[in-house]
Amino acid sequence: MTELNFEKHFQDKVDAEIKIEPKDWMPDAYRKTLIRQISQHAHSEVVGMLPEGNWISRAPSLRRKLILLAKIQDEAGHGLYLYSAAETLGISREELVEQLLSGKAKYSSIFNYPTLTWADIGAIGWLVDGAAIMNQVMLTRASYGPYARAMVRICKEESFHQRQGYEIMLTLAKGSAAQQHMAQDALNRWWWPSLMMFGPKDDDSAHSQQSMKWKIKRKSNDELRQQFVDVTVQQAEVLGLAIPDPDLKWNEERGHYDFGEINWDEFWNVVKGNGPCNKQRLDARIKAHEDGAWVREAAMAYAEKKEQRKLMESAKAEAA
Amino acid sequence: MKNWPLWEVFIRSKSGLHHKHVGSLHAADAEMAIENARDVYTRRNEGVSIWVVESKHITASDPDDSDPLFEPAKDKVYRHPTFYDLPDEVKYM
Ligand SMILES: [Fe+2]
Ligand SMILES: [Fe+2]
Repeated sequence: MTELNFEKHFQDKVDAEIKIEPKDWMPDAYRKTLIRQISQHAHSEVVGMLPEGNWISRAPSLRRKLILLAKIQDEAGHGLYLYSAAETLGISREELVEQLLSGKAKYSSIFNYPTLTWADIGAIGWLVDGAAIMNQVMLTRASYGPYARAMVRICKEESFHQRQGYEIMLTLAKGSAAQQHMAQDALNRWWWPSLMMFGPKDDDSAHSQQSMKWKIKRKSNDELRQQFVDVTVQQAEVLGLAIPDPDLKWNEERGHYDFGEINWDEFWNVVKGNGPCNKQRLDARIKAHEDGAWVREAAMAYAEKKEQRKLMESAKAEAA
Repeated sequence: MKNWPLWEVFIRSKSGLHHKHVGSLHAADAEMAIENARDVYTRRNEGVSIWVVESKHITASDPDDSDPLFEPAKDKVYRHPTFYDLPDEVKYM
């Protein structure tokens, strides 16, 4: 087959909803796009543990603390599933980590915002995990097998994340005036960054069209964002909290909520590294990686020593 | 430094079922691979037994050869019970 035939055969498979697997032929750009997207996703899961980790030791009850720990542990698992999926494309874990630590690879900008109060943990579960779920449910149908399978596993674990966050918000919203204020303040700060999680507008999204053709994505950024707004408005009503957008209004004709313009300057600014916590997050990852180096080395040395010992013992047994 | 090798993880979800591939992870040795697999793949009672195999020991069939490899099975319909016509009188077979 010629390159062109390979390409056509590949696209036919994608169109026929046949999953692409690691050893199948795939266009170089498809492989690159996947590595970029999956690793970015993996980094987001890992960096995403930092803002929440900030509150483990200060959770208001043992119940909340256990839940938060379990949730954050899940996120570590999500990072692992995704790194593994990326590795099937021929990039090593070390390269992936290196790209994150050197700042070459991006992660979701949402995690560059600080968690100032306990209500932020509620808002993150409710809004940030909620937005992530919207994206991830779509990705369970991605054309690349290992990515889609990782997403299925992630989505199963993800639904408790949103509920535990919403429950925190619910408790605060039904609490004292100070607690209600705290909940509203968290919603005010997290609402817009959550909408930004879906990425630039379709017209400004460089990779969107090709990704849709390859069925890596099946919905555009704007479609997903709209879907998120539509379901979240009612959830805010139940909480009795106000979404901080004066332009938010039901549009009978469209059958969707209209909402205000996102501050794209802020979005690009945070992407470029100038968000409130970009430096802090990266420094924390670098420190964790460096502090853990001796553990990784020691574990490897110990494994090698054990292997040696086993070999020697079996040689002795044979000689006897 | 030598990096931790990659392991493939197989989980038996309940007794009586096959082990099924669930994913992979890095670990220094088999023992650590099992412990890590426990932590990442069975946090919600997904398993009663874990197998780990170092990925380099797995030999996979070549997808480019899948036609000649699996073609021979396609025209052997007589391997299926539905291929055979039985008289209606025969009730249990
Ligand atoms: Fe996650
Ligand atoms: Fe989550």
